[in-house]
Amino acid sequence: MPAPRYLGFDTLSLHAGQQPDPTTGARATPIFQTTSYVFRDTDHAASLFNMERAGHVYSRISNPTNAVLEERIAALEGGIGAIATASGQAALHLAVATIAGAGSHVVASRSLYGGSHNLLHYTLRRFGIDTTFIDPRNLDAWREAIRPNTKLLYAETLGNPGLDVLDIPSVSALAHDAKLPLLVDSTFTTPYLLRPFDLGADLIYHSATKFLGGHGVAIGGLLVDSGAFDWEASGRFPELTEPYDGFHGMDFQEESTVAAFLLRARREGLRDFGACMAPMVAFQILQGIETLSVRMDRHISNTRKVVEFLTKQAAVESVSYPELPSHPDHELAKKLLPKGCGAVFTFAIKGGRPAGRKFIETLRVFSHLANVGDAKSLVIHPASTTHFRMDDAALLAAGIGPGTIRLSIGLEDPQDLIDDLAQALRVSQKA
Amino acid sequence: MQLTVNGHPAYAYTGGKPFDAALPTVVFIHGAEHDHCVWVLQSRYLAHHGHGVLAVDLPAHGRSGGEPLRTVEAMADWVRALLDAAGVQKAVLVGHSMGSLIAIECAARYPDRVTKLVLMGTAFPMKVSDELLTATRDDEPLAQDMVNIWSHSAYAHYPSNPGPGFWVIGENLRLMQRQKPGVMHADFSACNDYANGVAACGQVKCPVLLVTGKRDMMTPPRATKDIVNALPDKRIVEIAGSGDAIMAEKPDDLLDAIRAFV
Repeated sequence: MPAPRYLGFDTLSLHAGQQPDPTTGARATPIFQTTSYVFRDTDHAASLFNMERAGHVYSRISNPTNAVLEERIAALEGGIGAIATASGQAALHLAVATIAGAGSHVVASRSLYGGSHNLLHYTLRRFGIDTTFIDPRNLDAWREAIRPNTKLLYAETLGNPGLDVLDIPSVSALAHDAKLPLLVDSTFTTPYLLRPFDLGADLIYHSATKFLGGHGVAIGGLLVDSGAFDWEASGRFPELTEPYDGFHGMDFQEESTVAAFLLRARREGLRDFGACMAPMVAFQILQGIETLSVRMDRHISNTRKVVEFLTKQAAVESVSYPELPSHPDHELAKKLLPKGCGAVFTFAIKGGRPAGRKFIETLRVFSHLANVGDAKSLVIHPASTTHFRMDDAALLAAGIGPGTIRLSIGLEDPQDLIDDLAQALRVSQKA
Repeated sequence: MQLTVNGHPAYAYTGGKPFDAALPTVVFIHGAEHDHCVWVLQSRYLAHHGHGVLAVDLPAHGRSGGEPLRTVEAMADWVRALLDAAGVQKAVLVGHSMGSLIAIECAARYPDRVTKLVLMGTAFPMKVSDELLTATRDDEPLAQDMVNIWSHSAYAHYPSNPGPGFWVIGENLRLMQRQKPGVMHADFSACNDYANGVAACGQVKCPVLLVTGKRDMMTPPRATKDIVNALPDKRIVEIAGSGDAIMAEKPDDLLDAIRAFV
């Protein structure tokens, strides 16, 4: 008898979480554009509210289209389930707020998307959640920053924008030694390039707006749980292991040995904060995921060609991409990211800020905007946009200089991208 | 709910309400390499609808202590001891897979303690292939993958379990991974070695409900033939679109079948 095997990644990208609609026969996932769901009778209603039956009550809490997306990303990541949120920021907030509150502490990489840095450094601090930012490459710094009230270690799989490769096996090991979970933002890598749960991470979130959606048409987030972290054994998470008055005295860990985190995140965080995903958005992101592997291969192939071109240009001071031997995480990237290091990277242009401005304004194919992971190629100047709230020292620590340019390489003909960059570089040096 | 059974800590989920032994009691018995949480929906419902519920963690599983028991007969005795510890005189026993064998054996041994049986994912003999049994001993991850793949009939579940957004296959794998090393081999060996199934079925005095998954690859409906023939008072409900993991794949259909019976 042949050894049984799970469906492969490409098949799961198309099928996980969805079967043809039993009522209409629709093959594509229907968009369930409804706020609420009719109960069969009063007992059915009561049992849904009390979590005695599985089902949908109100689309802020769950929706059938969203559920397909949630199951699909969980299958692709090797997790137990997921929650679709209004944005990647909402997913990060939901992850933190589910297990942390006033008096809690987070240890976070300092190489973060500017919005994530804002949330932790300014906004959550206002609500009593303190964060220590550390160099993600310094394992001692992670260890030394942990306090008795720490709830979470958090970093991006590829730090934004310097592409620090997170050593997930080492950071998760030290997190687990401290009985803490590791949360990673895997937006830049997607499950096609990296499966963080296989390396020891406990929670993943995505800005699904980026490569998962892939077409720049929908804002959304996904929070995925590995189900592997033992909240009970940790002893640091009464939110999950003791009765919760806010939901019928439910002890989430008692309800499910593996799903306590997601149960509370949905039954408290999604219910009360309300940052849910719209079903139309879930449909659009599902459409993107169906072609994820095909698109990512092309993103990577194009990126490699563009990187090779830039490294040979006199107008370019440096290129930061982990596949280059000059990148500090080159060896780690070879080990953790054999399929590729994503399609977002930075380079430094000669001539600093004025040359950078001229370069961006001269590009014709690249679009100047604040996003990554679109099918179209994108460009931005982080110091004046995504990271503008950070002072010079913090910028430098995050690997951002005044002339740093960030590119997100799309799916166009790669020669057209190279030609566009070449003409813009020429003009930038005449300024 | 924490009890002490045979000198060891024993855990039973009580459905989100304090256990009341004065109510009609339903005991849920999980299968190999599982624990109480496979029953969370059905047990929670019954606990809020007039029943006392004990969804147990068998010895060495989940939150229960002790060593894994090596025979179905020993597990049946343990269930009776658990009833004693909880102050329960009579109960309905609901069992899945290995748990169904335990329920049958318990009802045969202690007919005055068991009022009804609900069996699912059941078969007799519950022979385990040499390949799988060896893997449970030598390569647990491989064995867990084999069981996980064979237990599910689909890659999509509506509305999933324990609620929307859960990937049932991933969840089941993690649950198996949470059990202690050695438990899986002990459980599957006990199923494989159990020889008293038909005889025990002949001694069962109470009504029995058999729930089968039409697409069950682990314990296909044809493998229940000997049990069906040997049980004097039985009824059968076949659930379409479900594999062996009926509690996860078709939780509502299963609950409705149990409700109608108990």
